Amino acid sequence: MSAPSVAAAEGFLVHEARLLDEARWDEWLALFTDDAWYWVPTSPDQSSPHDTVSLIYDDRRLLETRVRRLSNPHIHAQNPPARASRIVANVTVEKAEADAAVARSKLVMVEYRRNAQRLFAATVRHRLVAAGGALRIAWKRVDLINCDAELEGLVLPF
Amino acid sequence: MNIEPASLRERLRPGRVHRSLYTDPEIFALEMERIFGRAWVYVGHESQVAKPGDFFATRIGLRPLLMVRHDDGTIRVLHNQCAHRGAMVVAAESGHASEFRCCYHGWTYRTDGRLKSAPLLNGYPGDFDPADPRLAMLPVARMAVYRGFVFASLAPDGMGLEDFLGPMTQSFDDMVDRAPDGAIEVAGGVFKHAYDGNWKLYLENLCDAAHPNFVHQSSIEAANQQSDLVHSDGAGEIAVRQMRQNGAPYSFWESQVGIWTYPNGHSYLGDYHDDAKLVAALEDPVFREYIAALEQKQGKARAREILEVRRWNSNVYPNLSFMSQFQQLRVVHPLSVSRTVVYTYNFRLKGAPEAIFHRTIEFANTVNGTGSLVLTDDLETYNRIRMGMSSAGAEWLQIGRGFETDRDDGNGGRRGLNSTSEIYIRNMFDAWLGYVSAP
Repeated sequence: MSAPSVAAAEGFLVHEARLLDEARWDEWLALFTDDAWYWVPTSPDQSSPHDTVSLIYDDRRLLETRVRRLSNPHIHAQNPPARASRIVANVTVEKAEADAAVARSKLVMVEYRRNAQRLFAATVRHRLVAAGGALRIAWKRVDLINCDAELEGLVLPF
Repeated sequence: MNIEPASLRERLRPGRVHRSLYTDPEIFALEMERIFGRAWVYVGHESQVAKPGDFFATRIGLRPLLMVRHDDGTIRVLHNQCAHRGAMVVAAESGHASEFRCCYHGWTYRTDGRLKSAPLLNGYPGDFDPADPRLAMLPVARMAVYRGFVFASLAPDGMGLEDFLGPMTQSFDDMVDRAPDGAIEVAGGVFKHAYDGNWKLYLENLCDAAHPNFVHQSSIEAANQQSDLVHSDGAGEIAVRQMRQNGAPYSFWESQVGIWTYPNGHSYLGDYHDDAKLVAALEDPVFREYIAALEQKQGKARAREILEVRRWNSNVYPNLSFMSQFQQLRVVHPLSVSRTVVYTYNFRLKGAPEAIFHRTIEFANTVNGTGSLVLTDDLETYNRIRMGMSSAGAEWLQIGRGFETDRDDGNGGRRGLNSTSEIYIRNMFDAWLGYVSAP
């Protein structure tokens, strides 16, 4: 195996965005490694999820719980459900190693629910590892440009 | 404001409240004038302005204020408003400054709000005097500090802060005393979550022991189905345990948890986090390490005394709720009759192991986080309440559970038979009526 190319990384990220847009939560979860984490900080240069609060900070156990809740019929915050459209662009590959790399991309997500649309923009970093002929996510960090704004609840993953 | 006191009294009946108190813009304007304009309102913690020149932008209701540490070491709470043309002087959320200069015409103020200098001080009317103390970023009418918690009041007269807090002072003591070094500091960032609903709903919900099984059903079930064998770095462990705890049956809330209420609208849920009910139980290695640090600094007997205080959420009406076990503090900012934003803060216990602070952060993400699996269903519920209340079908809302069985607590307050009593809502409306019907 070798570090993923820009084309491979972009293909992977577009696939991930599609799984999320189509609410294929279990398939999305399967993209992550067994000790992965998923992080949406509350400040632009946040250095750690452990000493500062985060909009979302999930280790693998909490990410599984989050995904399971998204399919629970009693999730009031998704009644009615939200729909989202995610655009991934400006993909570059940084810190390439033997069989892993950090992919940096821009995300624009439009979320619709109950007659209102919200627009999110973020810089996203994925650490992608090549394993068994496929890429998986070892960690994912989403830096929203409005991460420190007054925000209504965030339910759909970015 | 032209709402007659009788009309206000008529909107409350024993065990019932008229929906207009959550939906009427005139009522909201009256609340801003007579509750937020008169009560002691929490504006910040002294650690947010630790050094002279440190400032923190805060507010009372819709009014922007500035909490600042002056050169002499005292804390001042100032109107964040230029005496010249009224512009907000300080735009940053927090920071450090030796003086404050207005962006509009350069009027410049000292850190106690006094005017230091201004250009073009010529040609004003004869009674204009640059030394007039009213030409300042004016201090609020009153400010007072209890154990580091800073309160301000826009009313020149009224009871003192400690009289206002009453037995709630013990909840603040509990927040501070849990620190091995006897001091706490705001740390770890802030959540700012907003909802389309009335501000009163938020405080009501924080003492509501009957809602988790319904509001939080999705996260309770998801947590109950979660394998504990899956990798966690600690974040998921705390979160999953707390979400499961939210699913405690009514028999738990009815037999093991209590609700206490006091004059001026305050209340707390109590008897919650003793050894058997702790989310991070006493056997937890991180918590044991913390207890050892507390015992070392305070002695075993005093440590025991400190840990035996079993208050969960403490509400100080009208804008504050906090809890000691995980060092959380929430500040409610009303924006309109149907729009509210809540800022939530965390405290570091000085002298405690850093791992305890990590638990504080993990807990904050779980229950106060804008992307929390728990809070997002609360926010949706507040939105549904706003939408439902706009219907005139049910004019009178029911807040009567426990009405017949509430009793004196022997400490100047009233308590429910158990935590499912809605006495905390009735108590807040008793205080509400006192505020809004006073001329």
